[in-house]
Amino acid sequence: MKLGEGPMGSNAGAAAAQPLAIEARGLVKRFDGFTAVDGVDLSVPEGAIYGVLGPNGAGKTTTLRMLLGIIDPDAGLRRVLGHDRPHEVAHTIGYLPEERGLYPSMKAYDAIAFLGALRGLPLAEGRRRGKALLEEHGLGYAIDRQIRQLSKGMAQQVQLLGTLVHEPRLVVFDEPFSGLDALNQGKLEKMIRALAAKGTTVIFSTHVIAHAERLCDEVAIIAGGKVPFAGPVDVARDRIRPQVRLETRSSDGAWRAALPADARLEGAFWHFSLPESGIEPLLRALIEGQAGILSLSIERAGLHDAFVAIAGEAAARALEADKGEEAGR
Amino acid sequence: MNSSPTGGRLSTLAAAYVIARRDFVAILFSRSFLFFLLGPLFPILVAGLAGGIGQQVRQNIDRPQLGIAMTAADIAAMTRARDDLAARLGQAVPELVTVKALAPGEAFDPAAAMKGAHTNLAALLSGSPASPVLTGPADRITQWQGLVEMMAAQSASDSPRIYPSVQSATLATSRADQTQGRVLTAQLGQTVLFLLTMLLAGMVLSNLVEEKGNKIIEVLAAAIPMDAVFLGKLFAMLAVSWVGITVWGLAGGAVWFAAGHSLNDFPVPAVGWPTFLALGVIYFSLGYLLLGSLFLAIGSMASTVREVQTLSMPVTMLQLLNFFFASYAMSRPGSTVELAAAIVPFSSPFTMLAHAAQDARLWPQAAAIVWQLVCVALFVRMGAALFRKRVMKSGPARGGQRRGLIARALTRS
Repeated sequence: MKLGEGPMGSNAGAAAAQPLAIEARGLVKRFDGFTAVDGVDLSVPEGAIYGVLGPNGAGKTTTLRMLLGIIDPDAGLRRVLGHDRPHEVAHTIGYLPEERGLYPSMKAYDAIAFLGALRGLPLAEGRRRGKALLEEHGLGYAIDRQIRQLSKGMAQQVQLLGTLVHEPRLVVFDEPFSGLDALNQGKLEKMIRALAAKGTTVIFSTHVIAHAERLCDEVAIIAGGKVPFAGPVDVARDRIRPQVRLETRSSDGAWRAALPADARLEGAFWHFSLPESGIEPLLRALIEGQAGILSLSIERAGLHDAFVAIAGEAAARALEADKGEEAGR
Repeated sequence: MNSSPTGGRLSTLAAAYVIARRDFVAILFSRSFLFFLLGPLFPILVAGLAGGIGQQVRQNIDRPQLGIAMTAADIAAMTRARDDLAARLGQAVPELVTVKALAPGEAFDPAAAMKGAHTNLAALLSGSPASPVLTGPADRITQWQGLVEMMAAQSASDSPRIYPSVQSATLATSRADQTQGRVLTAQLGQTVLFLLTMLLAGMVLSNLVEEKGNKIIEVLAAAIPMDAVFLGKLFAMLAVSWVGITVWGLAGGAVWFAAGHSLNDFPVPAVGWPTFLALGVIYFSLGYLLLGSLFLAIGSMASTVREVQTLSMPVTMLQLLNFFFASYAMSRPGSTVELAAAIVPFSSPFTMLAHAAQDARLWPQAAAIVWQLVCVALFVRMGAALFRKRVMKSGPARGGQRRGLIARALTRS
């Protein structure tokens, strides 16, 4: 089967309905005998916000690098904006790597113009847009400052603006929230939403589930170089049955027999998965059994629970550890 | 949908130009370029100081004197004879220093006198003009024996010796002078070429390491082909070096001509100065591109400055060997050794520049340039391929089992 033919992955429906900005099948990358990425399939619809979710070392960066043509896969196929060679469409892509880097002696607006020039934007136009972007984002006072004179956070913002100066159709961010304070994380989330609203496809990697949950239309969960799930966030959450929380006046009685097998009592509350048959038969049994319902709520599973269910406990623990490590920095 | 960007897809050459322009401007306006420009002043200054001090030392210490211990009349006669000879032979005739004017028949121990207070005494002349005795180390006796004989013979003569006057017919140069001079020009050309290529190739390597340190290499790799990064860096440094050479040439030339000299003060190379200088620029460029591409490929394999140093050291040594090889070949014009040195890519520029100083024929130069261009294309391509393969290689280090540099260099990506 070739790329672009037929459905792929868990979001087959979406892939068939929407044109794809990125399509990858069976991507494999080995380093010195170690398989960093092992048969990754991805389908990123045009105009979507797409998250690549996984702990550090899961293969996120290597996957993104292969998609961008920075490194070539050892096996598998990739297609970016309709091209097999990503460099052919480099002028329509923006990329912010995890390890940010700019020339320290360059002035802020020149750094933006240079990043634009790398993507085919004429230097003079890049300088003009660079100054305008800096003004627009409240960094007008830093236009003529050298990068080495800026704080780390400001330099990151300059690089982010340089990633967008040529108005790309596809923007790839590798761990974009890493190193940003809460205020700037909020600004970046807003910027990502604004990009998507204009029709730009945004794909970003993260090990923070909350960002993906808030922003993404679709996610790929990656662990150990493999992608056990790729598709809409809702589909991921639906992998786990909704959780029911029940509080009763009566502590025992015939109604207990109606509770599902996975029901567990935590304090005053019973917790269990919503039965296949739905809530109505259970409600009837509880009422008829005189349980004395004080409260009952049905909660849809979060992405974190979905991640645990899909990627496993070990991957979830690694994700939490990465988050803790970053918070400690 | 977005408005389409003003620009478009960059070709490899256009992308290389973006990199080259950035690097060129950044280097040109950096402090390190100022030091680069001032670089040649330091060896000149050191050489000048060392030369001046050496001359002073020679003046103070290194003028060996010939002591004399004879009767006063004999001393006077020998001194006259010495002055007469010195007027014709100049510095070759040693200064006579009276150690002791002896009374007739007075006994004298020259060996004991040599151990006396005269620090610059190299030998001592005693006896009489008719039967002179030269006491001193064997080599000094060998050196001065003939002169002493001439002085003694002259002093014994009553009338001053008549020397016939020599008519002179001055020529600009002789065949022997020309050959010797051209060898000097060839050596000078080779040395300048070697120093420049090593300096510049080293600078392009530092530039790449800095790039890795700035972590911008990934941004470049995502936007443009790695070949373009490689070419851009290589040619930016070449352009910088041309600026440097132009500045040095103009400054040096201005000083030289202002002092009333001309190019003809140097031994004229066989192909003539304009062609020689043009060939110098061409061979410098080709030599630099060959070595620079190798150094960049090395830089792509290393991730730290220490690794760069470790890897570049053998290459530097090999290049030194190439330089010696070319220097040796220069002394064997027309031999198989010279042909081999002209064919080996890394020694070819040195060899052919020296050849241009000694041989006026241009076709060997044209053939060498074509050959070197082929080698440059090959090396740049191979270097770029290695650069592309290695520069973004970032496998995780597992369990501290990081593989050795050589192993990594030899492993297929």
